[in-house]
Amino acid sequence: MIRSHVLICGGTGCTSGGSQAIGEKLQKEIDRLGLTDEIKIVRTGCFGLCALGPVMIVYPEGTFYSHVKVEDVTDIAEEHLLKGRIVERLVYKETEGLKMEDVPALGETNFYKTQLRVALRNCGVIDPENIEEYIAMDGYQALGKVLTEMTPQEVIDVMKKSGLRGRGGAGFPTGMKWQFAAGNVADQKYVVCNADEGDPGAFMDRSVLEGDPHAVLEAMAIAGYAIGASKGYIYVRAEYPIAVHRLEVAIGQAREYGLLGNDIFGTGFNFDVDVRLGAGAFVCGEETALLTSIEGNRGEPRNKPPFPANKGLFGKPTIINNVETLANIPQIIMKGADWFASMGTEDSRGTKVFALGGAINNTGLVEIPLGTTLRHIIYDIGGGIPNGRKFKAVQTGGPSGGCIPASLLDTPIDYGNLTRIGAMMGSGGMIVTDDSTCMVDFARFFLDFTVDESCGKCTPCRIGTRRLLELLNKITEGNGTLEDLDKLEELCNYIKANSLCALGQTAPNPVLSTLKYFRDEYEAHVVEKRCPAGVCKKLMRYYIQPDVCRGCTACARKCPVGAISGKVKEPHTIDTNKCIKCGACIETCKFNAIVKK
Amino acid sequence: MKSLEELAKIRERMQNKVVLREGQANIRVAVGMATCGIAAGARPVLNALVEEVAKRNLTDKVTVTQTGCIGMCRFEPIVEVFDGDKERVTYIKVTPEKAREIVEKHLVGGNPIAEYTIGAAEK
Ligand SMILES: Cc1cc2nc3c(=O)[nH]c(=O)nc-3n(C[C@H](O)[C@H](O)[C@H](O)COP(=O)(O)O)c2cc1C
Ligand code: SF4
Ligand code: SF4
Ligand code: FES
Ligand code: FES
Repeated sequence: MIRSHVLICGGTGCTSGGSQAIGEKLQKEIDRLGLTDEIKIVRTGCFGLCALGPVMIVYPEGTFYSHVKVEDVTDIAEEHLLKGRIVERLVYKETEGLKMEDVPALGETNFYKTQLRVALRNCGVIDPENIEEYIAMDGYQALGKVLTEMTPQEVIDVMKKSGLRGRGGAGFPTGMKWQFAAGNVADQKYVVCNADEGDPGAFMDRSVLEGDPHAVLEAMAIAGYAIGASKGYIYVRAEYPIAVHRLEVAIGQAREYGLLGNDIFGTGFNFDVDVRLGAGAFVCGEETALLTSIEGNRGEPRNKPPFPANKGLFGKPTIINNVETLANIPQIIMKGADWFASMGTEDSRGTKVFALGGAINNTGLVEIPLGTTLRHIIYDIGGGIPNGRKFKAVQTGGPSGGCIPASLLDTPIDYGNLTRIGAMMGSGGMIVTDDSTCMVDFARFFLDFTVDESCGKCTPCRIGTRRLLELLNKITEGNGTLEDLDKLEELCNYIKANSLCALGQTAPNPVLSTLKYFRDEYEAHVVEKRCPAGVCKKLMRYYIQPDVCRGCTACARKCPVGAISGKVKEPHTIDTNKCIKCGACIETCKFNAIVKK
Repeated sequence: MKSLEELAKIRERMQNKVVLREGQANIRVAVGMATCGIAAGARPVLNALVEEVAKRNLTDKVTVTQTGCIGMCRFEPIVEVFDGDKERVTYIKVTPEKAREIVEKHLVGGNPIAEYTIGAAEK
């Protein structure tokens, strides 16, 4: 009789931290201690706290262990599983020092307390490679319901009423998209799941696929029924081997159980899904480029119109939905449009998953109702900025998004608000920066990415982004002028207005938003030739603090170009014209008198 | 899958297997499982409780967990029942048979078995 489940995270983060070996060792220990019939190990998807990985949770107590190593396994088995004593040194810091009966369940910790898990509800809870666990969590009930009780139009009406908008970036209303495709008559239609996830730093789609692949399959079948398609494709990047594997296992099991294939639930409805692997080009996440890639051609965007809903894959009506969009759908069917619409804001219903990263204490995946403020996410859920540093900006939407300054932290997050302040929802990347980040350099990082990823089909994007990057380089190297700032802005607006696809149309956002909110930093670079954050190497100056310097002469003797002078026991100074910025003096000074500014 | 009934059957069969992961239910039964408890025979008691709770389909209401040394080693095996705001009931020198009786009379019936409790022993 099983009395306890040990959930070990099998997400990408924890797997690379060795969770596979931990699981194997734990099973051996459980066998050795004679607990084989009492304790079951379950490998789940991502819990959302990857920075603490490998993570493990022991039920029924709900004890959350973080940073588990293979060497810790014996203690966990002998102490906790056998004797019922928590292994204190491994518990998640928020729950440290508490007695077994007082440790809050994971759901009550600050990190999880105000999260609302809809798209992620099964991630870290079920074994994604066991379809029966998904079924136990009401899986495939929604598919059963639409096939036996609802007409396709009723399904579309529920989607429309729920207010669900696409989670892949553009935020297009899902019900409307389905309506367009349903309205077209064709011998074949397609449902495509966009699992390309090219935004650097985003990994929510990967986590859903790794933790709850059946939710995506079920939603695709529901979409197929709604628009009259019998065939689906999942386009996933080959760099996600665990996700690909779990998807393939899930598709195999769904076919075996007759939940994909012909005559599902004996209703005569047929639907099947295949996986297509992408090579990881950012532009292939753009829907028309993605379709071109599935068709076997080089992944370049096409002109819209025609929209995919009219003329998509192989020229047939096609809907493309993002992984997270789909993961919401079975629950909308089961719990109703009103339930979903009760979460979020007028403009944006439901929840959104964000990948929280950068200068923040709790990095990881968080799912919150839309309308939550940035401040709440960063300070309450994210635990604030580490090392006593000061918050500077939060970047949302990745290479297509923008930076949001501290003065706008109380903005409720939804599609409209983010666009209004010059950022973007994007796929949900959220990078926090502190005062050690140079905003010009930060914008440059994203431009560097888009220049690499521009497919080259259209000139404004191909050449325009390169010119933008050159201007930014010029500024960070101290050669910029005030006119360059105007030129930057003008070029940004031109690229936005004239690029073929949204990659080019949104690529200037990181520059425009930093120019808008951090213009003083740009000006410091061009006018004073100074980088306020001390990041831009060419603008950096070495400076000896006179009140700290003891005049020991160590640095002056070390400097290879003789830039340091001063009398013994008196403060020294650096001649910035001679200094080659090698940094040798800083390392030499025992009194930390030398700083970079 | 030819029908919804088939799906419902799998769901029912699996549901009490995953319910464990919903965290602690209203009633929590803790078995002292430190070295002294195990030596005194706490393990069969724990297993009897788990089985009996499952057999009676109480898994969504009752969580059986283990706990460390309660500090009254001479009374082991010890089983404590925490039920919402009610005062906790501490059973001592529990055997698998007594454990099953506790499930039947206390957890199902709602009547603690006074003669097995620590209170009775201290009189
Ligand atoms: C350059 C570029 C990259 C994109 N990458 C993705 C992606 O990785 N995943 C995704 O779902 N959508 C991506 N999109 C958005 C898709 O074009 C499309 O809007 C989306 O898949 C539609 O699904 P949704 O309505 O469910 O959001 C990208 C768009 C652009 C312009
Ligand atoms: S090594 Fe430090 S303390 Fe010594 S002279 Fe240079 S700056 Fe001053
Ligand atoms: S950075 Fe190098 S060149 Fe400049 S003052 Fe220090 S030691 Fe001299
Ligand atoms: S991969 Fe383990 S918590 Fe995210
Ligand atoms: S690659 Fe899309 S606009 Fe140029």
